[in-house]
Amino acid sequence: MRHRYWWGQGILLPVLTILFISCNKTEQQETMPPVPENIAFVKPAGFPEPAYRFTDNPVTTDGFALGKVLFYDGALSRDGTISCASCHIQANAFTHHGHDVSHGIDDRLGVRNSPSIQNLAWSTTFFWDGGVHDLDLQPIVPIENPVEMDEKLGNVIKRLQANTRYQQLFQKAFGSPDINSARMLKALSQFMLMLVSANSRYDRYLQGRETFTDSEKNGLAVFQQKCASCHQPPLFTDNSFRNNGVAPRMYGADSGRYVITLAGEDMYRFKVPSLRNVALTAPYMHDGRFGSLESVMNHYDNNFFDSPTLDPVFRNGFALTETDKRDLTAFLRTLSDKEFITDRRFEPPPGFIPRD
Amino acid sequence: MKNYILLIAAVLLASCSKDTTAPATDPSETGTMTLEFDNRAGSDDLILGVQVYTNAQGEKLTITKFAYYVSNFRFITANGNVYTVPQDSSYFLISEADKASAFHTLKNVPAGDYVQVKFMIGVDSTRSLMDISKRTGALDPATGASDMYWGWNSGYIFAKLEGSSPSSTDRQKLFRYHVGLFGGGFNNGVKTLNNTREVTLTIPNNGKAIIRKDRRAQVHFFADALKMLNGTTNISVAANPNVMVDALSAKIADNYTQMFIIDHVHNE
Repeated sequence: MRHRYWWGQGILLPVLTILFISCNKTEQQETMPPVPENIAFVKPAGFPEPAYRFTDNPVTTDGFALGKVLFYDGALSRDGTISCASCHIQANAFTHHGHDVSHGIDDRLGVRNSPSIQNLAWSTTFFWDGGVHDLDLQPIVPIENPVEMDEKLGNVIKRLQANTRYQQLFQKAFGSPDINSARMLKALSQFMLMLVSANSRYDRYLQGRETFTDSEKNGLAVFQQKCASCHQPPLFTDNSFRNNGVAPRMYGADSGRYVITLAGEDMYRFKVPSLRNVALTAPYMHDGRFGSLESVMNHYDNNFFDSPTLDPVFRNGFALTETDKRDLTAFLRTLSDKEFITDRRFEPPPGFIPRD
Repeated sequence: MKNYILLIAAVLLASCSKDTTAPATDPSETGTMTLEFDNRAGSDDLILGVQVYTNAQGEKLTITKFAYYVSNFRFITANGNVYTVPQDSSYFLISEADKASAFHTLKNVPAGDYVQVKFMIGVDSTRSLMDISKRTGALDPATGASDMYWGWNSGYIFAKLEGSSPSSTDRQKLFRYHVGLFGGGFNNGVKTLNNTREVTLTIPNNGKAIIRKDRRAQVHFFADALKMLNGTTNISVAANPNVMVDALSAKIADNYTQMFIIDHVHNE
């Protein structure tokens, strides 16, 4: 059993241990609960220094374990049906596969596509519009959004405070059973910070441990020439906000970054998303309008909606040949990280019920 | 009987002597100051929900919510000494719906005769960017700030004025003014509007707030809710029934800069 959860260790195993010890004291060494897997944040080789302030919230095994239980717990939503994991599914690099916009409580729909949770330690802003500057403050938004979890943060804290299991988890993670917003949010951060994707075929290719096909090699060359200025490796984003010419909807147009800054230059600008695991995170764009990478390629083949804030790079005949599109898609598939989406440290705790 | 007269005389003498308290000389001497925030509507007491008021645009309205943050208090003596309240305990949320929020007691205020008060309306950018563990009490998004925090554009709502008006063009005849935004600039990002405002108030009638180890003073502020709407820009509930993250919020912030006065000071 590579991974276990605290309640197994906390209740079942000691009981079994005691029973076992009673029967056969000499076996004590073998039946002691194994030391929990040591969780620690490790910066992958070649990655820049993280933006997250780890000094304010060092990742610990118990903090991570608490964060994971919170991440997968519907108790964060008004009626207990929606957890973070409802819209951020590991197999899809922690996005909501198949949903153009987030599908929340009472089947209410959001207006934006749920982004992938990966490599957030390097993220300088959160959400498509960058309205949140600190990962610790990020979970408040989906918890309180009426079309996502529709709950008040204070109610969540009260619910957790009344739960003895959580009291024990907080005790382990923070040294006392006090449950408050800062602790809850920091535990969630610890779980999310550990979601690091850095072992795709592309990464191993760079390390000389993997070979690329000719198509993938050409795709990488096209990528470096046409895409890498915004989707900068190794994070495959430069954390900037840009208008990539996705046509605003005729009704209920999303102004993007503008709603945060009220600056005219930010109209229709959205955060440049990372392309890591992009083949797993369909649909695409801020509102999930493109269901396939093929559609994305066609968009970037000179199909830009012109507006004053359209990024200059798309102004002067930005086009892709059919070969470019095919090879670029082949290259993007090399960014899928199988280890990341199957890492058992991140998988749901027992009892988690996935939701469609 | 004679004893009573003596007692009354003593009390009267004591009352008089308060105005001629010996100057504070011991730099380590401290006392207590209480801040009282009395919410008003023009010349009247603010009554939520039922009382009809009229704004400068001539629109009749009732107010159902009035709440605001004041922070970063500084007290200035007649000879220019400045006492800055320690930053961790200098954020106050006053809400008309919560009577207890009207009073805030400051302990360990250096002895002195204070004549001027400076404070900020809102929550400064430094605090707004601080680690979540530094946002407790009135600043905790789960408790004190639960009604005064924008999750999606992270920061505090500095002032809220809500109510209803027959003039409102909102479908439900409501109006909502939520003013926040601390200037942004995090991670060298772009700047947003900065709707924090500095206020300087002088105690009227050459009054003083006298702080000694055995003397406490209560500074009684008036906050006129209607001044959020009336001022350099008269806000119309017909033209703009809802203002939140909007350029107009800066005009309301300019208005609320003029919202406070010190009505009087009690020296005990």
